[in-house]
Amino acid sequence: MEAASVPAATVRKRSKGNAPPSASPRTPWWMWLCVVAIVLFCLFPFYWLLNTSLKAGPDLSTSALLPPNPTLENYESIFRDSNFTTALKNSAIVALITTALALIVGSFCAYALARLKIRFKFTILAIILTITTFPQITIAAPIFKLWRDVGLYNTIPGLVIPYLTFALPLAIYILTSFFREIPRDLEEAALVDGATNFQAFYKVVVPLAAPGLATAGILTFIAAWNEFLLAITLTSSSNARTVPAAIAFFTGSTQFEQPLGTISAASVVISVPLILMVLLFQKRIVAGLTAGAVKG
Amino acid sequence: MADIELREVTKRYPDGTEAVKQVSLEIGDGEFMILVGPSGCGKSTALRMIAGLEDISDGDLLIGGERVNDLAPRDRDIAMVFQNYALYPHMTVRENMGFALKLAKENDGEIKSRVDEAAKILDLEAHLERKPANLSGGQRQRVAMGRAIVRSPKVFLMDEPLSNLDAKLRVQMRTEVSRIQQRVGTTTVYVTHDQTEAMTLGDRVAVMRGGIIQQVDSPKNLYERPRNLFVAGFIGSPSMNFLPAQLEGDTIKLPFGDAQIPDELKSRLKGNGKGGEVIAGVRPEHFEDSDVEPEKPGLRFTAPVSVVESMGSELYAYFDVESGGIESSDLTELAADSGIEDLPKHGSGEVQQVVARLAAASGARPGKQANLVLDTRFIQLFDPNGGKSLTAEQ
Repeated sequence: MEAASVPAATVRKRSKGNAPPSASPRTPWWMWLCVVAIVLFCLFPFYWLLNTSLKAGPDLSTSALLPPNPTLENYESIFRDSNFTTALKNSAIVALITTALALIVGSFCAYALARLKIRFKFTILAIILTITTFPQITIAAPIFKLWRDVGLYNTIPGLVIPYLTFALPLAIYILTSFFREIPRDLEEAALVDGATNFQAFYKVVVPLAAPGLATAGILTFIAAWNEFLLAITLTSSSNARTVPAAIAFFTGSTQFEQPLGTISAASVVISVPLILMVLLFQKRIVAGLTAGAVKG
Repeated sequence: MADIELREVTKRYPDGTEAVKQVSLEIGDGEFMILVGPSGCGKSTALRMIAGLEDISDGDLLIGGERVNDLAPRDRDIAMVFQNYALYPHMTVRENMGFALKLAKENDGEIKSRVDEAAKILDLEAHLERKPANLSGGQRQRVAMGRAIVRSPKVFLMDEPLSNLDAKLRVQMRTEVSRIQQRVGTTTVYVTHDQTEAMTLGDRVAVMRGGIIQQVDSPKNLYERPRNLFVAGFIGSPSMNFLPAQLEGDTIKLPFGDAQIPDELKSRLKGNGKGGEVIAGVRPEHFEDSDVEPEKPGLRFTAPVSVVESMGSELYAYFDVESGGIESSDLTELAADSGIEDLPKHGSGEVQQVVARLAAASGARPGKQANLVLDTRFIQLFDPNGGKSLTAEQ
């Protein structure tokens, strides 16, 4: 992609000059070798997961690069298991609610931080960011105790609320840099055109920050969807258990069978939506992460 | 449509600085009023206070006789054109222009017909379904105008609407703005730092400096009867030459030589011509090449021309005169604003540069002596202390 978009004129000029070989427009062969090696290194575990998920019975103990008798048995079995399907539903509900709340509350916070004259604005933003660096294990135990006492243990809100502690800072941080880039004049024009402050926000600012909202939304969704530690600490039954936690409770179809195949199949199932989403919105995510750093 | 009245309006920031100081200004119904001044003079702040985008610290603002200090911008029935146009990038031209009407909950048919009508006036019909990003600078500017006129508001406010256009387009749009304003007849307040725009567009022009209005007058009066050094230096291009001079009885001593004070100048001086040090202001066009116009009355002298700029229809000849130099805060600020304060020997020092506008037929050449005549009837005189004009009515 990048190489293809280099204008022809630039390429020609470079190859004509006495540029060192490394600056030549063609990527050297060893570079490609590195790329292939890195891609293999990164994707191999996922390939192995896929490989394992297609094996059943005694095949599971083989280390063949291709499953000797590929079968969809594991997939059929996990979708027959109501523990997995309810967990999938729980995961979707928790991740979607977390994302929605993070975006709504986060956009208000980010707008205030980007626009209003607040004292210690930088400090506030720094504190918000610091929260994301706390190891989750430090809050897992206290929240467990607290949720037991207030009755939020093993409920969906009981997961959404702690998830917001990492989703909100992420959303606020990304959206603040997006809102800052939107010229103030646009809002003022909307105010003069007869908009209330809130109308100027949601009819002008929010649509323009849509790429930022998409980025923040995807990242919070992924974080909430993948979260494991809090999910396993704060749930005890399929009432609120999400997929990452539910997978840990997988048992084989018989007591003597290894659940390895079903675990792999379940892992593939929950990874695929994320992979598709990231591939689809790849450009937006990158743009969202670098907004504010480089002026477009 | 309505008149606007500012009564001792002041803008004070929390740190105590005042951007606008007790400005009083009456703008008549349908009038095209220009606020002009160097950057930081408070003209934009004044406009934003009229729009309601800045709070008014003190004083009253009336639109159509009603005090609007505490009204939100949306309740003031004004339209504003921003310097960078502030078009909504995610909306088409049609949506941009109809946005205000949509907020006002007009029905779709009404919005469509009014947008179409405005697009016709502005020659934008072919671009209604495009997004601002796909428009040229001039088209964007017209959309911004369209967004204002579509609403038929009481007042148009324009904040340097032409400053982002290139020079040729700016001249074209200038006549366009003037044509549109005359056609819709809406009271307009127009902010600019460009004195040419101010002179060509406005019914009246308010020259501001340091948050204070220096003079409000018709462009012609501002040019011919500037009330102080600042206005005299700001209005006109090339700007007025300022020279130290002395009044002695009926004689005025200029660096070029001595001249009788003409009756016309004497009558304008009234009681002010007591004598002593003054600053003489001479417009470049009041010099002429005496070889071209030998009959022209006035003070004759020869000057060593250093630079000649030919405009085709006329020549600008620059020459140096020996003088004691003049000190005035007004002139220092003018020089600072135009960025020439760092240039050597301008406005102060032993040698002073003077510019004369001569007929194209003039034989003035760089490095040669030129025979010039100064029409002494048009000299303006200013008090060196405070810069007040001695020859214009205060």
